[in-house]
Amino acid sequence: MLKQTKLLAASLLACTVCLAGASARDLVIVSNGGTFQEAQSNAIFKPFTAKTGIKVVEDTWDNGIGVIRTKVEGGDSGWDIVNAESEELEIACQEGLILPLDIDKLGGKDNYVPGAVHKCGIGAAIYNHVLAYDKTRVSAVPSWADFFDLKKYPGKRALRASPKTNLEFALIADGVPLADVYRVLSTPEGVDRAFAKLDTIKSSLVFWTAGGQPMQLLASGEVVMTSSFNGRVTNAINKEHKPFGIVWDKSLQTADSWVILKTSPNVDKAYELLKFAGEAEPQSHLPDVQPIGITSAKAVGMVKPELLADLPTAPENNKDVLQINDAFWIDNIDTLTARWAEWSAQ
Amino acid sequence: MLKGQRGGMLRSYALIAPMFVFLLATFLLPVGMILWRSVSDPELRTALPETAVELSSWSGRGLPPANAYAALARDLAQVDGASLASLSRRLSYENPGFRALLQSTKRKLEAAPAGTTPDLVVLDPQWGANQTWQAMKRAAGPVGVFHILSALDLRQNYETGIGPSRPGAALYRSIILRTFTIASTTAILALLLAFPLCAFLARQSDRVRNLLLLMVLLPFWTSILVRTTAWLALLQDRGVINTLLMDMGLIDQPMKLLYNRIGVITALVHVMLPFMIFPLLAAMRSIDPRLFRAALSLGATPFYAFRRVYLPQIMPGVMAGTLMVFVVTLGFYVTPMLVGGPGDQMISYYIALYTTGTLNWGLASSLGLILLVITLSLYAIQNALLRRSGVGLR
Amino acid sequence: MTDRPIVDPAVPPIVSFRAVTKRYDAKSTVVDDLSLDIVKGEFLTLLGPSGSGKTTTLMMLAGFEWPNSGRIFMDGQDITDLPPHKRDMGVVFQSYALFPHMSVADNVAFPLAVRNIAAAEARRRVGEALELVHLAGFGDRKPGQLSGGQQQRVALARSLVYRPRIVLMDEPLGALDKALREQMQIEIKQIHRQLGVTFVYVTHDQDEALTMSDRVAVFHEGRIQQISPPVEIYNRPRTRFVASFLGETNMLPGTVVSVGDGFAGIRLANDVVLRGRAGEGIAADKEAVLVVRPEAISEIQAEANTIEGTLLDQLFHGDHVRVRIAISGGQTVQLKLRPQACASLPPAGQTLRLSIPAEEALILA
Repeated sequence: MLKQTKLLAASLLACTVCLAGASARDLVIVSNGGTFQEAQSNAIFKPFTAKTGIKVVEDTWDNGIGVIRTKVEGGDSGWDIVNAESEELEIACQEGLILPLDIDKLGGKDNYVPGAVHKCGIGAAIYNHVLAYDKTRVSAVPSWADFFDLKKYPGKRALRASPKTNLEFALIADGVPLADVYRVLSTPEGVDRAFAKLDTIKSSLVFWTAGGQPMQLLASGEVVMTSSFNGRVTNAINKEHKPFGIVWDKSLQTADSWVILKTSPNVDKAYELLKFAGEAEPQSHLPDVQPIGITSAKAVGMVKPELLADLPTAPENNKDVLQINDAFWIDNIDTLTARWAEWSAQ
Repeated sequence: MLKGQRGGMLRSYALIAPMFVFLLATFLLPVGMILWRSVSDPELRTALPETAVELSSWSGRGLPPANAYAALARDLAQVDGASLASLSRRLSYENPGFRALLQSTKRKLEAAPAGTTPDLVVLDPQWGANQTWQAMKRAAGPVGVFHILSALDLRQNYETGIGPSRPGAALYRSIILRTFTIASTTAILALLLAFPLCAFLARQSDRVRNLLLLMVLLPFWTSILVRTTAWLALLQDRGVINTLLMDMGLIDQPMKLLYNRIGVITALVHVMLPFMIFPLLAAMRSIDPRLFRAALSLGATPFYAFRRVYLPQIMPGVMAGTLMVFVVTLGFYVTPMLVGGPGDQMISYYIALYTTGTLNWGLASSLGLILLVITLSLYAIQNALLRRSGVGLR
Repeated sequence: MTDRPIVDPAVPPIVSFRAVTKRYDAKSTVVDDLSLDIVKGEFLTLLGPSGSGKTTTLMMLAGFEWPNSGRIFMDGQDITDLPPHKRDMGVVFQSYALFPHMSVADNVAFPLAVRNIAAAEARRRVGEALELVHLAGFGDRKPGQLSGGQQQRVALARSLVYRPRIVLMDEPLGALDKALREQMQIEIKQIHRQLGVTFVYVTHDQDEALTMSDRVAVFHEGRIQQISPPVEIYNRPRTRFVASFLGETNMLPGTVVSVGDGFAGIRLANDVVLRGRAGEGIAADKEAVLVVRPEAISEIQAEANTIEGTLLDQLFHGDHVRVRIAISGGQTVQLKLRPQACASLPPAGQTLRLSIPAEEALILA
């Protein structure tokens, strides 16, 4: 209810703002709502206004490159900074919908963890696709190889209903080193290999589509292992005290990024905010509400130790992960989705 | 025509004008856009305008004339990054390697000494292959049938004619078939369930009927997600049904009720039942119960009376309900997504996936167009059937 | 009137109700211990107010209702539990109950189709039946395109076309206007005479009952009060209810003073003693009523059976005049006179003497 009221207020405000005219409007920042945006608001937006006196108006969206296109097509439509997913960042950047960023104005490349700096965006949150398992039925910490081994741990497994992430996991389980995964996947033989690996557990696979499903499947005993976003697993363990385990090794990492729309009339203020957002002190408070992986290299040491253990960017968790290759997926998503649909329906 | 009459006509046109505008904006326009998006193919023409012209006049057999190579070289030299990115995405529908090919060719052309035009085939041997140029020609636009053919697992080959898009490809055809199978199974099961219920409800007093209808409708007022989640709790391996049956000793192993066709059909029938009950009940209530008595008194067995007197009269209701359930089910994707397996996803799932997930609007629109065409034909067939049986709209 | 014998004891009844009782719940008995014989070929009318049990009786005969006790026989066979479609009866409903999705011809052909009668034969019989009800040439229309009277004729044709042993009609003319009703009464009566099929007809309209029937059974509170030819029902009602339900009648209460020779004497409230035919179950010193039709009373001077009264008013009705007379004891008597007979009447307020012929008066318990 509180969220809805806030949302309503924000959108009403945003409307009034755009009616008031582009030249004199406040800085508008758009993220995904919920506790995720709450964390960002508490750690970054509010302290930023307190420090600089620059007013920040919040709005929310549910992603989709089409939305960004529409917002930009007719000139300024009231958005300045947007929290975008990696593929949206890639495409919007290629299509020139967002501004290329000057990293030096944002504290320099070294200020950020590797992978957080993109030509058109700066890392806002890092999260991983991890392996989660039911500790009562899986005795030792499993690997992806164990995930594909029905003899060692009998029972069903859940994967996301999409080729993205699953083909990578299949190759990793088949012994491909992390560094070679996308090279192998770029060849027809590599794709065949991934699908062949998936074939070995197909009869025991359940597919999930919504982010909340994996933990539900695990909790109901439907499956013994599943892929999942890391935040969901941590919440299930810490808040609901479920006997689940999370495997950080060989997980797939991706990041949401802050981007500035090319139609923004508030570019200078936007840079100021993004610079602040990249500083260590505000970033160290991001995980207070939600286990969001932080992008500031210096902030990692400042996060409360009990929270740090659950973050994708904790050194312990971050040593053996693979960055999802968005360029690969933008080129291959159509052909591989068709192949995946054919494979899964057989 | 009398002046007054004409004024009346104008007034009545004015009265239906808002309705007409509304229809135009909410129905005709989107349908028109679907139609347009399914044939529109602008990326190559935007990125490589000269090449597009050359490709349009090329037969598609063998290799294009030298003009085409020259045009491509010129176009690549001046194309901007955004257009090239759009084109790469469009060509990646056929072959994901196109991005690399275009990027590297552009780079190598720029690296060549000024004033010289290197041979493209030397820069990359793929430019010497007919299939590369065919893919370019298929995308030459500004309009084309590439997306529509893709949605039918077909591809136009300028040398061998229209054939499968990949060897043995039947993905979308099988999804369309599956969509219709699920929708018709749902409609038939909903009819079988709703029929006795409505026959019972039609004979109750208003008070009893309204109370019972309320119970039928209760799920109708709850969110579709909530309802579907309730099915999850009921149908999963350790769910209510399996636990009950196992406790009773009727089965040893949990039955597979979820993430397969059974789960999808169960949930869909539940969700769709009100759409069947309302037209059916309305049809049944409009029948004079004395007609059945009259038929019996005239010597008809109850079955004969049912078949010849009752059934023909509720047929419009049956048809309306079945068609409604069928058509609404065709467009479902949340329910199959949550309770179905990968083999149970319906066409809307893919339309949504291609619209919001991969931005392949041409393919999404084509799938939507095919769905629309088939649905409209079914509607026409139903109407013709009703008309022939004499109970249709007169 | 027909020249066939109305009730011939030599002919076994086509239908017999034996001690039939129908209850919907413990309190209300709709049909109470009914026994009734229906004669082959007769036109029997079940007459009574609504709720008297006449329609329920018809529905039990048709097979749509089942008695709680008692049996129903048709041609000596127990049909109590026989389902409706095996009874071979034609039923005509008040609502016509035509099948709206079929043409008139198909409606009429329906009972023939049920019986698998060959198409050519069926066509011929449908034609005959439509001709019988004066609807030849209407076969291709839909029921919705016909008037109420025409629809009821189709229903009639449909119930006759397969030559059932008995035709049941449940207030078939109830939905029609008065002129149409009278015309249909004549037509139905003609058809009955033409075909010789047994008709059982339910109505609450006494005119209909009197004009059409061979016999009328008057129902009241689940029982048959009287079953007789119309003339007898009208002239010799056996109970007060029958007397009051059919036509207008004067009822003068009093005490029986003498009974004998089929006649009785009754002392009215004003101490006048009048004679009349003795009804069933009357006895000296018992309460009773003198029943006399308005048209039976005259002001012609006579020696016996007269009563004195004061003229209240006279109402002109065209073909007759109604005269109200107050007799001492607070009773009012109505007379129906021919207009010509009114010339001799004294003005209102004057006393006059009325003659009540003993032959036409009834004394009922």
